[in-house]
Amino acid sequence: MSTKPALKTLYDEPGPRGKALNLIISAACLAGLAGGAVWVLSALREKGQLAPEKWLPFLTADMWRTYLLPGIIGTLQAAALAVVLATVLGILLGVGRMSEKRLMRYGCTVVVEFFRAMPLLILMIFCFQVFANYSLFPSTQLAMAAVVTGLTLCNGAVIAEIVRAGVQALPRGQREASIALGLGNGQAMRMVLLPQAITAMLPPIVAQLVVALKDTALGYQITYVEAVRQGIQAGSAYSNYIPALLVVAAVMIAINFALSQLAVTVENKLRKGRKPVVKAPDQQVAVPAL
Amino acid sequence: MKLKSLIALPALALIVAGAATGCASAAGSEAKGVEAKAKAGQLTIGIVFDRPGISQKNPDGSFSGFDVDVAKYVAGKLGVQESEIKWQEAPTAQRENLIQNGQVDYIVAAYTINDARKEKIGFAGPYLTVGQSLLVRADNTDITGPESLNGGKKLCSTVGSVPAQNIKKNYSKDVQLQEYDTNAACVEALKSGAVDAISTDDIVLAGYAAINAGKLKVVGKPFTKDSYGIGLKRDDTTGRAKINDAIEDMIKDGSWAKAFGKNLGPSGYQQPAAPAVNRY
Amino acid sequence: MEILTEYGDQLVTAFTRTIQLAALSAVAALVLGTVLAAMRVSPVWALRTVATAYVNIVRNTPLTLVVLFASFGLAQQLGITLVDPKSPTSITDSSFRLAVLAFSLYTATFVCEAVRAGVNTIPVGQSEAARSLGLGFTQGLRYIVLPQAFRAVIGPLGSILIALIKNTTVASVIGVAEAALLMKEVIENTSALIVVGLIFALGFMCLTLPTGAAFSYLSKKLAVRT
Repeated sequence: MSTKPALKTLYDEPGPRGKALNLIISAACLAGLAGGAVWVLSALREKGQLAPEKWLPFLTADMWRTYLLPGIIGTLQAAALAVVLATVLGILLGVGRMSEKRLMRYGCTVVVEFFRAMPLLILMIFCFQVFANYSLFPSTQLAMAAVVTGLTLCNGAVIAEIVRAGVQALPRGQREASIALGLGNGQAMRMVLLPQAITAMLPPIVAQLVVALKDTALGYQITYVEAVRQGIQAGSAYSNYIPALLVVAAVMIAINFALSQLAVTVENKLRKGRKPVVKAPDQQVAVPAL
Repeated sequence: MKLKSLIALPALALIVAGAATGCASAAGSEAKGVEAKAKAGQLTIGIVFDRPGISQKNPDGSFSGFDVDVAKYVAGKLGVQESEIKWQEAPTAQRENLIQNGQVDYIVAAYTINDARKEKIGFAGPYLTVGQSLLVRADNTDITGPESLNGGKKLCSTVGSVPAQNIKKNYSKDVQLQEYDTNAACVEALKSGAVDAISTDDIVLAGYAAINAGKLKVVGKPFTKDSYGIGLKRDDTTGRAKINDAIEDMIKDGSWAKAFGKNLGPSGYQQPAAPAVNRY
Repeated sequence: MEILTEYGDQLVTAFTRTIQLAALSAVAALVLGTVLAAMRVSPVWALRTVATAYVNIVRNTPLTLVVLFASFGLAQQLGITLVDPKSPTSITDSSFRLAVLAFSLYTATFVCEAVRAGVNTIPVGQSEAARSLGLGFTQGLRYIVLPQAFRAVIGPLGSILIALIKNTTVASVIGVAEAALLMKEVIENTSALIVVGLIFALGFMCLTLPTGAAFSYLSKKLAVRT
């Protein structure tokens, strides 16, 4: 996340000519950026998007109370609920995939692969219609249920893979030693392997929270009261569609960025806190969460 | 291990279900029609939240619009006070389900009466005659009706909507179609010049014209004829009769015209004649 | 089954659109992502800062918003419609191209992070050796570091591609006629919900599962053995 280069060793400390060149490139880059910003702003002003009456509503309590806050809360609620459920589901599926029993293993593999292959939006639209048609949930909770179910299934499948990777990254000896001590497979998993794998699992799981948070925005298409949808309704009420979307984007970016930072902090804490049994995961390229 | 997980999986499903149902009451699945619910003193009415002039959630959290006024009037006639009305959002795709499941008592949401819907639910009313029309920018002069969209004009409509298909099929073959998922997005595109016209029911368009007075206008005569009704359970004949009475009263005592003028007057769109209630 | 006969042609068209969206965006995202990664490891402060800021902002924006901004911001406010406005198919083309642009801009941030992680796995000796041979930063990156980095991150790039394929469904918000948009229409017109759901699930599995298999094969085959 820092702007420091990942590896100093990709280049030498620049000499006087190098420094001058860097300065020129930097200047050109910033000038280009500034030029772009000016052009965008002037274009927006020409279209009247910078008019104060489009922006002043954001200073009123009504705007936040009626539109934005319920949306943000809806987003956070769905994401939090989904991640908790997805973590439970993910651990079950991940452990199931490593089971000794073939049927269990195959079953969990099919479930995981199915939900990893399904687009979340398709899943949400589908759940929404099924829940509506068979009245599985009261209408006020219908969209929420569809969003949470979709997120839980998709993220659960992802977390299952995180769990499996975390456990498999442990040295073989850990499991062998537990078995030698007379623990059963399940006991070894629960008492020895999983607790150690948590170190490697926690950061990607926090990162998954960011994914879930962003993905609640898909609930917009099935009328879930989340940030994007509320932003659009506010835009409709105050005739400031573009400013409303910009404000919502800023809020979402801030929340997600803070969470991403949290993921990094958690990772560093865990690395420092105890000597990991797992070899440093940086050799294993982390799958970026999408 | 195996056994435990096997038990745990369905348990999880229950948790998912339970968590989402959490505060669900037995939301009226045992309701015995609108009349019974009204006697109990409370009604849940389905409306849309984002249709200016028709029914919109206001910044202060209240609701306003023509449909809202109709819904309130009907509720009043059924003996339910305004403060006892629970407004519930009824998105297009969900409307029949909401009624069939008893999650709303009736729906007033620019709800077009048609036979396919009548197989699932009942319609009181109609309370308004509408027709498909076009919304354009106020300074536009060359779009006057659906035929004038020929020549590659850009038309916006909501995803999969019937009005746009109607224009393309019956009036102008080479119109270009932009689909967004809300009319509000179309209005934004119209104002910015990205599209030339929006087509849907004239009344809905008049609502947008009303809040964009001087910028947008509804043009031409409506080129289809439909009616908005109040949707309720199919077998609730007493409820339907009561609501029909209320609509007739509203038209008779002038509240109907007043509601139209208040909500859609600023659009400059001419008030249509009040429809005759169809009791079937 | 009558769903298949009724919507068969449309299904093919819609999924073709999905594939087009994914393929074009994937290529553009790979290029842009690599450039961003190069910027992030470059010696120039401004390039690093700009690339880092870009990645952190775009990656943390919900894709739905990115797509909406492409249509309402770029096209409508700034006039970047990516088409000739007089073309008879300008709207369809414009929405499609804007969607590709949005997906590319968004996916590039993930490609960037993957490539950068790949660069980090290359032993220091490699670039030191490159420098001692007289290669500059760009040359070293191009001939020595990136080729190895790519081979190390084929797996993650595969996951990104799969995510991209799934993400193309978001294009339905600006009216691109791909699979999710068709699914919404079909659902409104039929009652055979489960069948419809399964058809679309199957369609996406036909796209994502082979992609996943291909990439895991490639990543094993091409892995740099040390």
